[in-house]
Amino acid sequence: MQNYDLIVVGGGPAGLAAAIEAKKNGVDSILIIERDREVGGILQQCIHNGFGLHIFKEQLTGPEYAERFIEEAKSMNINYVVDTMVLDVTPEKVVHVINPKTGYQTFQAKAVIMAMGCRERTRGAINIPGYRPSGVYSAGTAQRYTNMEGFMPGKKVFILGSGDIGLIMARRMVLEGAEVLGVAELMPFSGGLKRNIVQCLDDYNIPLLLSHTIVKIEGKDRLEKVIVAQVDENFRPVPGTEKEYEVDTLLLSVGLIPENELSKKAGIKLNPVTSGPFVNESMETSVEGIFACGNVVHVHDLVDFVTQESRRAGLNAAKYIKNEKATEGKVVEANTGFGITYVVPSKILVDNVKDELVMFMRVNNVYSNMRLEVKSGDTVIKSIKRRHLAPGEMEQVKLKPSDLAKAEGELVFSIVGEDA
Amino acid sequence: MLENKIELVCIACPVGCLMEVEQNGDEFIVTGNACKRGPEYAKAELTHPTRSLCTTVAIKNGFLNRLPVFTEEEIPKGLIFKAMDEINKVVVEAPVKVRQVIIENLLDTGVNVVATRSMDKKHS
Repeated sequence: MQNYDLIVVGGGPAGLAAAIEAKKNGVDSILIIERDREVGGILQQCIHNGFGLHIFKEQLTGPEYAERFIEEAKSMNINYVVDTMVLDVTPEKVVHVINPKTGYQTFQAKAVIMAMGCRERTRGAINIPGYRPSGVYSAGTAQRYTNMEGFMPGKKVFILGSGDIGLIMARRMVLEGAEVLGVAELMPFSGGLKRNIVQCLDDYNIPLLLSHTIVKIEGKDRLEKVIVAQVDENFRPVPGTEKEYEVDTLLLSVGLIPENELSKKAGIKLNPVTSGPFVNESMETSVEGIFACGNVVHVHDLVDFVTQESRRAGLNAAKYIKNEKATEGKVVEANTGFGITYVVPSKILVDNVKDELVMFMRVNNVYSNMRLEVKSGDTVIKSIKRRHLAPGEMEQVKLKPSDLAKAEGELVFSIVGEDA
Repeated sequence: MLENKIELVCIACPVGCLMEVEQNGDEFIVTGNACKRGPEYAKAELTHPTRSLCTTVAIKNGFLNRLPVFTEEEIPKGLIFKAMDEINKVVVEAPVKVRQVIIENLLDTGVNVVATRSMDKKHS
């Protein structure tokens, strides 16, 4: 069995950033394991620009963003393997892998970083009734076909779900000569960025149908039509509002789920709200020495935040390997109050926070002119004015060691009215 | 001349301010913006709207079948489909380096179309 100090599962932006940061902090023996044919992850198919505004101060495309990290990893001689599937990670940090050339192998690591990312929800996950013809794709699959493999999924397209991938694919299909008849969104608001609604839908006169869903799929061999209906406040279709769209292609952009089969097998505790591991201030999971970062923990909307979080995981994995981390001391739990769906990390070992800790969270609805408040008991630790809050836009709160010193037992993150 | 106030969502950043814009001669009066990029965007959008264009070109002997490219700067919005026609005529040959120029001076806009990743030859 080969030994490594650090094994990183997944060579997307999370895995690359984590490995680079670990190397910068003195870990030499690193292996990144990637199942696809190249590293870079889903960024390689995201050919639109807008990536990297925070970290590089310019608008890069996904592939170029990935390339900067791949080149940095290469220049630091970080080892990676592609076409290699991790089958199992044990709590003892034995990593079982399989590869078509080298077969089955096991590696022993001192620390493991889980960076497997997320996958798309499918038609099965949302139970659309009707036939099962070809022509129904997840938006990401269609994106890979179009942008990497070089073939179009269809000619007349309808899209369900107005998250950013759905919006980006609407424009992409139109640019490549397809007709996009509409985008339906179950919620009364879009989960995508407003700029994407303007640039991807409005620019091309693609209608966005809010509070609408698909109630039926028709077509025996190939998709022939989708039936779209309005939904009431309980998301139930309203009879009599059905409309038919004759299309040969349906793209589903109906959410992403962190991919945690390996985490479960490793005995890592998962948060049912995020579907990702519970992590502490160091991005360490409930299993000592196994860290997690990026979309495997919670789905991010900006890759720069993935990078930021993954650097934290890489740094702390390095400290763990070198025995430099505090393991005991004051612990504060991070909990959700009104309006907050989840907060990451969920546990803070205060002695491990040196300069500041970025807390990531999502709100459960659209709010304007409110405050994000952090309280411990009756003590208000932070209260930050926010003009605009939406579930599709991840929020951050930065905590300093001095903030954490004021906390006792737990921190509650909630939304309060501006004058409250 | 604009007859009435119009509403415009600013796309300069992810906040997406809903702005009201009124034209007074050459001047645009913008309200609802949270920062100074709002009026800049509004003026540009109402006088000469531009967009960046990200797409792919065919590549021969490449590791993948398509090479991602983009316009290095924004081009007039009205030229997007013409630009797609131009870009779709191109077939490049691997290997390609990131930011390599694929089309120089696209449709006389002065803007180059460049590769947004490096691509090796297909592994044999």
